[in-house]
Amino acid sequence: MNTLTFRDTATAQRLIAAIKNRAGGLGPVRIMEVCGTHTMEIGRLGMRKLLPENVELVSGPGCPVCVTPAPYFDALAVLALEKNVRIAAFGDLFRVPGNRTSLAEAKAQGAAVDIVTSPLAAADIAEQYPGQETVFTAVGFETTAPSTAAAVREAVSKNRTNLSFFSAHRLVPPALEALLSDPELRINAFLLPGHVSAIIGEAAYGPLVKRKIPGVIAGFEPLDILAGVLSLLDMLAGKRPSVKNMYSRVVRTEGNVAARKLIDEIYEPCDAIWRGIGTLPASGLKLRPRYADFDAARKFGCAVDIDETPAGCSCGDVLKGLRRPDACPLFGTACTPGHPVGPCMVSSEGSCAAYFKYGW
Amino acid sequence: MCLAIPARVVRIAGSRADVEVDGTATTADLSVLPDVKVGDYVMVHAGLAIQKYDEQEALDNLALIRELLEKTAAP
Amino acid sequence: MIKTIQLSHGSGRGLDDLLHEIILPETGMAADAVLEDAAVFPLQKGCIAFTTDSFVVQPLEFPGGDIGKLAVCGTVNDLAVMGAVPLALSVALILEEGLDAGLLRRMLRSMRDECGRTGITICCGDTKVVDKGKADGMFITTSGIGVVPAGRDISAANARPGDRVLVSGPLGLHGIAILAARKGLNFASLAVSDCACLHTLVEAMLAAAPHTHCLRDATRGGCAAVLNELAAASGVTISISQDAVPVPPEVTSACGFLGLDPLHIANEGRFVAVVPEKESGAALSALRSHELGKGACMIGFVEKKGKFPAIMRTAIGGTRVVDVPPGELLPRIC
Repeated sequence: MNTLTFRDTATAQRLIAAIKNRAGGLGPVRIMEVCGTHTMEIGRLGMRKLLPENVELVSGPGCPVCVTPAPYFDALAVLALEKNVRIAAFGDLFRVPGNRTSLAEAKAQGAAVDIVTSPLAAADIAEQYPGQETVFTAVGFETTAPSTAAAVREAVSKNRTNLSFFSAHRLVPPALEALLSDPELRINAFLLPGHVSAIIGEAAYGPLVKRKIPGVIAGFEPLDILAGVLSLLDMLAGKRPSVKNMYSRVVRTEGNVAARKLIDEIYEPCDAIWRGIGTLPASGLKLRPRYADFDAARKFGCAVDIDETPAGCSCGDVLKGLRRPDACPLFGTACTPGHPVGPCMVSSEGSCAAYFKYGW
Repeated sequence: MCLAIPARVVRIAGSRADVEVDGTATTADLSVLPDVKVGDYVMVHAGLAIQKYDEQEALDNLALIRELLEKTAAP
Repeated sequence: MIKTIQLSHGSGRGLDDLLHEIILPETGMAADAVLEDAAVFPLQKGCIAFTTDSFVVQPLEFPGGDIGKLAVCGTVNDLAVMGAVPLALSVALILEEGLDAGLLRRMLRSMRDECGRTGITICCGDTKVVDKGKADGMFITTSGIGVVPAGRDISAANARPGDRVLVSGPLGLHGIAILAARKGLNFASLAVSDCACLHTLVEAMLAAAPHTHCLRDATRGGCAAVLNELAAASGVTISISQDAVPVPPEVTSACGFLGLDPLHIANEGRFVAVVPEKESGAALSALRSHELGKGACMIGFVEKKGKFPAIMRTAIGGTRVVDVPPGELLPRIC
């Protein structure tokens, strides 16, 4: 089984040529790549400069780490340093600055922080350290929520008493709705997140169809991204907007129903703060009341309900595609990966981090 | 927000599978993919198998891309 | 018979026991050797190369090597990439109270074996024991001296536009082997550390390419760190091609799983060479003819200083910056 076929250089060249061909005569086109993983891949491939002048790829708010409110990270540090809690976290979160501190700084002061690649590993840590509570950082969009839901369900079935989950999950369709309703935003088309779509399915993008804005569900290999851009340009040129699934090998029309059922069993939607953007209705997930024993926010009273942005930080504008990273006054000077001010610079898929790492 | 790799299922025990790809092995939870068999390929994200990935579908996806190319290539 | 290391083994009679029962025999020193306060060498022709390094790797034993082998190879390689013939090593051990004596024996034996393969001797050393919890098992600091023959001028500052950039073999094996061995990340790997002493490989290459400008081993920070360091020191830009960079499948797949860049992953048996174009073909052949350089590749070239120190032409024909990796490699899921 060969993913290399989706990296084939000759086909990539043909796609780039076709993009140039289709973009001709279109005027300026702004395509938003919603997903942070797309932003990173586009940067890693050096794709932006290969596109014609009139096609601009704009990064969006699809970086779950970037949109987690700053107090969440401060709360984790407090749990670890003052409440004898072990934090089990994805590596993506480790260096992200809250308003006061970060997990990395807390660890340097003696906090117990374990980097894991799966929420299911948090149970192993809880078992290894029975005298302490282990709290897992449940951050991520719909791709990740089923995994944390599975971990919660397993913790319930095994009657664990020293494991809980601090949820900051966010949902993509409400964010899209907010973007689409923003009069300041001039986005002509959307490159849609392939793995989120594998969970939520094609119907979730109804709001785009309603507003006659083209969208393409795209995978993450070079051919997937290029074909996604080409398909969007083709729809714009032909004035036949729709939502197309170009990642058919992984995304089924109906998405993954079992995954959505599992999310719904464990979580319920709630209003949630998106760092830099504000509160979006029904855009987050919180554990249902019957899982109160596994809900770190309830257990420790650390629910996050406010957010503040450091002076000068333009992460909010960057996340909404209103400002390029290098247009932020702090970019590269006060704010670098080594000493980040906002999450866009330090997150593994932050737009500013991608620009800084890879150039534009 | 979605790093996921396609990996082959080599062993299943309950709702967990051992998966491997090109010399890297990990485990994946199969809770949301009930009819996975040994030998199947799955996309794994954060320790959960989120979808199956098979040869025919990959070929069909490639065909989709080629069709688009045919339609949009310069004359 | 010493079973575990205790604080008392750090000085006086306890240290005597540790030296005579374990350390001297396992490092190959005669039991009746006279132990002086320092090793003394006659003056050599040419220049002395002198280097030091500390080793704190976890776990202590991993596929392809252990902290002992790593310590010898790491220091030999630092000498080798200056064009020096390695002469002798010092070994300073910091042992954690409670360390298993059998493990200590294995590490020392490993060092002795590697030295034997290399023709280098351990000529002096020191041993300390610290409280439990203060040394992760054991830390090793090695310093090495070597002799640089007259006429050799290898320096990070010597790269010139037009030079070719070579890498001595496939990248990323050591770092991935270590990450898999650490067990917290839920993955296993076929990767085996490439840990090896490279001085004979360097000599083979320098025989074919005597005007080699730069050599640097690609340890922590991987190939990316080296390219950036050489470019900065020389005031140039280094441009490589993604298609030309050799990465074994087990590293590519592990990097895909962890969200890491193969160019950032540590190696312990690979170096980057910057060679004048005229000698680059001969250099590559010489590398490939040697057992440790079979997978050597030409990955790019040096150009005039541009906006970024190191850039890469990607597989789809784009260009992107080869960034200096962050201080710590963290796996990601996003």
